Amino acid sequence: MEAVSADERGPWRLALRRFLRNRLAVAFLGLFVLIVLFVLAAPLWAEHVAETGPNQTHTLQKLQVGDETREVVSPAGLPIGPQWFEAGGKFFLGADSRLGRDEMVRLMYGGRTSLFIGIVSGLITTIVATILGLLAGYYRGWVDSVIARVLDVIWSLPVLLFGIALGVSLAVGGLKIGPLELSGGSIWVPIFVICVFTVPYMARPLRGEVLALSEKEFVEAAVAQGAGPLRVMFAEILPNLASTIIVFFTLNIANNMLFEAALSFLGAGVQPPNSSWGSMISIGEELLTTQPLLAIIPGTMILLTVLALNIVGDGLRDALDPRSKVRLEAHAGTVEPEGASV
Amino acid sequence: MMGFIVRRLAGMAIVLFLVSVIVFLVFNVIPNSPPAQRLAGKNATPVLVKSIEEEWGFDKSLPQQYLTMMEKVFNGELTSYEPRLPVDEQIFERIPATLSLSIGAAVIWLFFGLLLGYLSALKPGGALDRVLTGVAVAGISIPVFLLAPVLLYFLTYKLEIFPSGGYTPLSEEPWEWFTHLILPWFTLAVLSIGFYSRVLRSNMIDVMNEDYVRTARAKGLSERKVMTRHVLRNSLIPIVTLFGLDFGATIAGTAIITESLYSIDGVGNYAAEAIAKLELPPIMGVTLYGAFFVVFVNAVVDIVYAYLDPRVRLGASAR
Repeated sequence: MEAVSADERGPWRLALRRFLRNRLAVAFLGLFVLIVLFVLAAPLWAEHVAETGPNQTHTLQKLQVGDETREVVSPAGLPIGPQWFEAGGKFFLGADSRLGRDEMVRLMYGGRTSLFIGIVSGLITTIVATILGLLAGYYRGWVDSVIARVLDVIWSLPVLLFGIALGVSLAVGGLKIGPLELSGGSIWVPIFVICVFTVPYMARPLRGEVLALSEKEFVEAAVAQGAGPLRVMFAEILPNLASTIIVFFTLNIANNMLFEAALSFLGAGVQPPNSSWGSMISIGEELLTTQPLLAIIPGTMILLTVLALNIVGDGLRDALDPRSKVRLEAHAGTVEPEGASV
Repeated sequence: MMGFIVRRLAGMAIVLFLVSVIVFLVFNVIPNSPPAQRLAGKNATPVLVKSIEEEWGFDKSLPQQYLTMMEKVFNGELTSYEPRLPVDEQIFERIPATLSLSIGAAVIWLFFGLLLGYLSALKPGGALDRVLTGVAVAGISIPVFLLAPVLLYFLTYKLEIFPSGGYTPLSEEPWEWFTHLILPWFTLAVLSIGFYSRVLRSNMIDVMNEDYVRTARAKGLSERKVMTRHVLRNSLIPIVTLFGLDFGATIAGTAIITESLYSIDGVGNYAAEAIAKLELPPIMGVTLYGAFFVVFVNAVVDIVYAYLDPRVRLGASAR
């Protein structure tokens, strides 16, 4: 019999096997992929089924359903309810408000915004936090002190409150730091706000890991061979952080999406004409008595996406390093990733 | 102990200063447009903008501007411009509603969080534990902006069990106050109930493996006494810190969304209305007072914690 020893398969393939054995995590990964496909299909649905855009109003339009004519917005200002396939997919989930915009189209485009902000801010947070963690953990001394103090101060702020403050302030005034220039309505404003306040939550645990890793023999060996600090940080220490970073990145996307939803719900995140699931809830909430789905459906989309990411993140953590206890600290209004481990 | 308190309060003063500087930067320096224009709001007349510019001294140096801002905030001169209303008065008259919401929610989350955590730690891995784990995960995962619409729609409009939104002061109608707040309390508490039950459960499981628990059993104490007197008590210490941090963070965080969802006219709702109008002075006031409150609560909690657990203050002085 031909025995293949564990080390010949390599750690990544082993991790993949462990992950695939976790049926719950695989199922929720599937759900996440479905959600991504759903929002990617937005232009197709908008063009071929709904035949309208996310911001196109249909205030005075009438809808032909069989022999019946229905008003998209009633004279009292109430939007039409879900039509499902009765009108050939038009107004599948009804209209959003007295403006008579197609809710389904808005849900798909809003999801694009929500996921885009979550993933991009997750990427930026991860990159910035990794660099800060490496610098602080490797150089120690004053570099570490400066970075740690700055992160501590941001950490001690109530996240949502300052997120709101910065979000609104930038939405009114825009931002200009060197070559980086953002106008108030840009979706990069919420991305910037989210990154500022989530970097410390990732950089602190990473710094701790770097501190521990730089004590290891392989770092000493690399230094003895004449490797410079950049080489040691990025070629020696960084690969050892890979599994932690992958897990943090996944969980961070979920946290960021909740943060974005909270900001946008209050009006301090995505600004009109852009919309996201969070801002859709705040529009839908005004019609809760007559059209409850307008608030509940985007809320459910957020719940499913965040739950899927948290469970996948937990599955990755178990698969990549069964002994590790890495976790992101929970902060106000966000999900404690650990909780998702069923 | 005295030394610890003095050190902790000095630390608090530094953080308060930094927080105020950050608020100043966020509102007056970082954005890329004339600050007077931003403060005045969208429909401001040039005359108003001009007068704000002079009032706030935006032509002076940044440290001077910072001092002017702090002076205005502490003298209660911060005003919103459309309509012209003093911000701190607006905030103070809404504090009772916000405290009613937050304290009630905290009582509920502590009670149910600890109860569920205790029950699931009695038999880790048992049927009850697994059910409660499911409940906790659901509680942690569901965002308030989904939970509130669902509860409001089904329990208020469909079944008419609870009155819809709004707030009645406790001093006027205690019963109305209570019924109006039940749903908001639970909405605000659900996340923490899930989280606290998980934390208590894992603390208790850790403590159960300690030697002194084995000793207590060996002495012949009843299982119930072992669990309550020894395991539960020692598992509660970390919860104290956690609670202090969360209470401040909740008031300055999720409570804003909850108030807005249930139209409770508290400080959070005041902020939410200002955000909707993109009106800066009220948000500046709420942020500053909110952050001060959180920093203060954290310092108090640290001091209480040091009092409860001598290792903390000794450890801190050794550092």
